[in-house]
Amino acid sequence: MLPLTNRSKVVVKKEMSLSEKIYLPAIISGMMITFSHFFKKKPTIQYPEQTREFSAIWRGQHVLKRDEIGAERCTSCGLCAVACPAEAITMTSAERKPGEEHLYREEKYAATYEINMLRCIFCGDCEDACPKEAIFLTDRKVDSEYNRGLFTYGKDILVEGIEKEKRIDVTKRQTPEVLEFKKHKEFDHNVVFEKKK
Amino acid sequence: MTLGYLIYKLILVIIVFAVTLLIAMYSTYAERKVAGFLQDRLGPNRAGPFGILQPVADAVKLFMKEEMIPSVSNKTLFIIAPGLSLLTACMTGVVIPWGTSLNLFGENYSLQVTDLNIGILYLFGVVSIGVYGIMIGGWASNNKYSLLGAVRASSQMISYEVAMGLSIIALIITTGTLSVGQIAAQQSGWHWNILVQPLGALIFIVCAFAETNRAPFDLPECEQELVGGYHTEYSSMKMGFYLFAEYINMFISSAVISTFYFGGYNMPFIGRFIQSPNLLAICGVVFLFAKIFFGIFFFMWVRWTIPRFRYDQLMNLGWKMLIPLSILNLVLTCTWMMRHEIFNALFK
Repeated sequence: MLPLTNRSKVVVKKEMSLSEKIYLPAIISGMMITFSHFFKKKPTIQYPEQTREFSAIWRGQHVLKRDEIGAERCTSCGLCAVACPAEAITMTSAERKPGEEHLYREEKYAATYEINMLRCIFCGDCEDACPKEAIFLTDRKVDSEYNRGLFTYGKDILVEGIEKEKRIDVTKRQTPEVLEFKKHKEFDHNVVFEKKK
Repeated sequence: MTLGYLIYKLILVIIVFAVTLLIAMYSTYAERKVAGFLQDRLGPNRAGPFGILQPVADAVKLFMKEEMIPSVSNKTLFIIAPGLSLLTACMTGVVIPWGTSLNLFGENYSLQVTDLNIGILYLFGVVSIGVYGIMIGGWASNNKYSLLGAVRASSQMISYEVAMGLSIIALIITTGTLSVGQIAAQQSGWHWNILVQPLGALIFIVCAFAETNRAPFDLPECEQELVGGYHTEYSSMKMGFYLFAEYINMFISSAVISTFYFGGYNMPFIGRFIQSPNLLAICGVVFLFAKIFFGIFFFMWVRWTIPRFRYDQLMNLGWKMLIPLSILNLVLTCTWMMRHEIFNALFK
């Protein structure tokens, strides 16, 4: 049979030699190995006091962005829900009433927008799919909860605050290509998707 | 036998008992810490500074846990067995000389609870009773796994006791005494018994591992085959007692090994620096405990290095290697002790 790796060894059931029968040489060499580990630097990260450094483009909890005047960018087109491989996103749409222009950027908006954080695999396809630059994954961690139901995040958690200090900056997580692309407002994301192919 | 003598013995017994329990308690912590360090981890470090309150937390947890007694078990024996295990484990400490003697207010106070003239026999008797705790517990549980674990434990302990006894007989021949106190006293300076009896010491140490059911001889509680071994059905502090008894046994075994082979409370050259007998006695206690702590560390070091023996390997090692070796050791020792007589008989 062809070996799958070069690590395979043929098992031979040979008689043990005297030094193997005594066990002691093997035991002593083994104990030296474990003893050398006694003084090695421990790789443990003591979590609440120390935290592991995340990658610059680490994908965490989502945010639904507002535009400059504080109106929600999401138009409830549903592309993120379609793109989502884990089917974690659901939404219902509503039509903007007159006088709500400062709340919603376009005529249609998401009345409810829910992401099930237990289903989400944080792949980032939703932010790729979004044509309105409304949804982004941030460097925030999803908190642990006692109750499974609490992991279905609604708009109350996902949408960023209107105030300047409550806005969530996502630019520092984005690659130079994305930032460059963001300058060309005449494109929409689907076009670039085709281009990249 | 004055009242003062009784009070002094009582205090000594209580101190030995308390120290035994304290060391057993912190052995559980040390075991996890050593295991962690040998495996590139940190071990428990959350309860108190460096996790030193971990044993307390463990004890509280064990006491608070639900007590389960199987309905099909023999209740009396089921309850007695862990106590018996712990009792026999604690009993061995009395014959161990923890130091020479303290001279206080013109009276000599020996640091050995009692120097039985048959101390070694007493030690072996009590150690042999230790198997009853395991056997009764495993039998009373009325569970196949428990019973198998108990049978394994008892057969293992009986097998290795033979080799252990034979290696000790060689030691008795060289020292000429059965008193543990005298054996310790004879090893002043560099006259450690391991230099006289290296093979005997090795056999004794290996057998001590088997007697305490520690890795690589921890087959009685082999999880893969026996769930939990003899304490499968035990819960709460009863299980804690079994585990505790194991640590006490480990402590006592280290103490016995140190006393028999590694000079007990003796340390070479210390007499040159310290003249006061009281100070010397205290230093002796410190040295003995240093040796014991190294012994306990050695037990743990071995446990976290070596995988468990297979049962047939265990029996082969016990009956086909250790017993012949100890008999060889015995023959060599006898020949050496009788060398003048043999020489005279052959050449004169």
